[in-house]
Amino acid sequence: MSEVQVPSAYVAPKGRSLFEPHRIFLMLVFAVLIFCVAWFMRWDWLPRYQDRLIYGVGQTLLMLFSTAIVGFLFAVPLGLVQVTGPKPLALLARGFCTLIRGTPLLLQLWLLYYGLGSVFAQFPEIRSSFLWPYLRQAWPYGFTALMISFAAYEGEVMRGAFAGVPRGELEAARAFGMGRFTLFRRIWLPRAIHRALPTLTGETVLQLKSTPLVATVTVVDVYAIISRVRQETYLTYEPLLLLALIYLCLTGILVYAFRLLENRIPTRGV
Amino acid sequence: MDATLHLLSLTSPGWGGVLLGGLVASLQVAFGGYLLGLLIGTGGAAGKLWGGPILRDLLEVYTTVVRGVPELVLILILYYAGTDAVNQVMALLGLPSVDISGLAAGIFVIGVVQGAYSTEVLRGAILSIPPGQIEAARAYGMSPLLALRRVTLPAMLPFALPGLSNLWLIATKDTALLAVVGFAELTLVTRQAAGTTKAYMTFFLAAGVLYLGITLVSNLVIRAIEKRALRGMTRPGGAA
Repeated sequence: MSEVQVPSAYVAPKGRSLFEPHRIFLMLVFAVLIFCVAWFMRWDWLPRYQDRLIYGVGQTLLMLFSTAIVGFLFAVPLGLVQVTGPKPLALLARGFCTLIRGTPLLLQLWLLYYGLGSVFAQFPEIRSSFLWPYLRQAWPYGFTALMISFAAYEGEVMRGAFAGVPRGELEAARAFGMGRFTLFRRIWLPRAIHRALPTLTGETVLQLKSTPLVATVTVVDVYAIISRVRQETYLTYEPLLLLALIYLCLTGILVYAFRLLENRIPTRGV
Repeated sequence: MDATLHLLSLTSPGWGGVLLGGLVASLQVAFGGYLLGLLIGTGGAAGKLWGGPILRDLLEVYTTVVRGVPELVLILILYYAGTDAVNQVMALLGLPSVDISGLAAGIFVIGVVQGAYSTEVLRGAILSIPPGQIEAARAYGMSPLLALRRVTLPAMLPFALPGLSNLWLIATKDTALLAVVGFAELTLVTRQAAGTTKAYMTFFLAAGVLYLGITLVSNLVIRAIEKRALRGMTRPGGAA
């Protein structure tokens, strides 16, 4: 990649040093706190559950990325249709987004799992179909609920992103003789995704924070493993503190990774 | 259809009354939590902007942790830790332990979570007030608190409204998470009604309609408030 000279309009102020006296003091206080937590609380269960915890984190990440990617694929048409689609389709997409964004995810999840699950079970055609072994498990419902929620939230973002691409760029593409599809593929979609990228970080973190909900319908992720630990060891705080720490680390890694990704894309006066 | 209406009827064999009770509980927690969050947020924003270095760092830790951990996990931790802490304090004071009502605990939990988000919203809004206005208030001899009440808070309101209305919608939906700790709000009573009658679809759809109703009514109210707060402001494209 060749070095591109980017004129910087905004230079972030230099972050305050980590080693100011009050920060050293605070770090000492936190170190003592962490030491107390490690010393006085019970952590002897940790080695026994280590493998399952790692598996759980993997499941959480799998759930996060699969739902985010598939959800994003749905979000693109949802946003596009609201900007340029025929009226009935636009209204439909708009209603879908309002419906999903206006009700709690937990309710949607339970509606799918308990409601739809019980409806499916009533039809012998579905019970005898090849899909039934999957429909009997919990993860398809968890996946669908998370995916739909991501699609609706991100669809709203994509609507704004599509609408915000400068008209001149689209007109220029048409003047070049591009067909509608080429124009979409080469100009409109990349520009819209570029505009939506900063919010994508926030949406993905929100999605990560929604994943533990699937544990309430018996999908096994890291939250479900921790619940299991709590039931088996009768500990209240230790597993929950570890769980919070795990999610904090995952959030931090996600934000950092997205920042790297964003920095790789050159921006000029956006 | 007749059976469905029978299930949803307000009197005893039907579960409509139970659902409405859950709705009221949800709204109470949402209101209380939102107000508590606003209180924490105002203090937090003031602390982040004008506080000492230690207070500022501590608030940064608070907002980062709350925004980085799933609400569900926070609710579990705060629910147990909050009730535990109150009882320990009572024991220290030599008083008998109390049963903390689910409502109070729920308001506390939602308030702490909302507080972190509204800290950020309010901080950003205060920063976008033209500094001359606050300086003018000081120049008139207003004390910092008076300037906050008379100038800073009213002047930042238009900037904070979009974020705050978003937070209110999040608060109403976050109350559903209290179902996991067994607080009888709308989602949990819906599940109980559905489990008892086996009419899962009916009840979950009914609850969905209720939640959607909250959101739509809230949107109308928010639009009215925005219209009022933005009166007399000339911001091309700014007023949505």
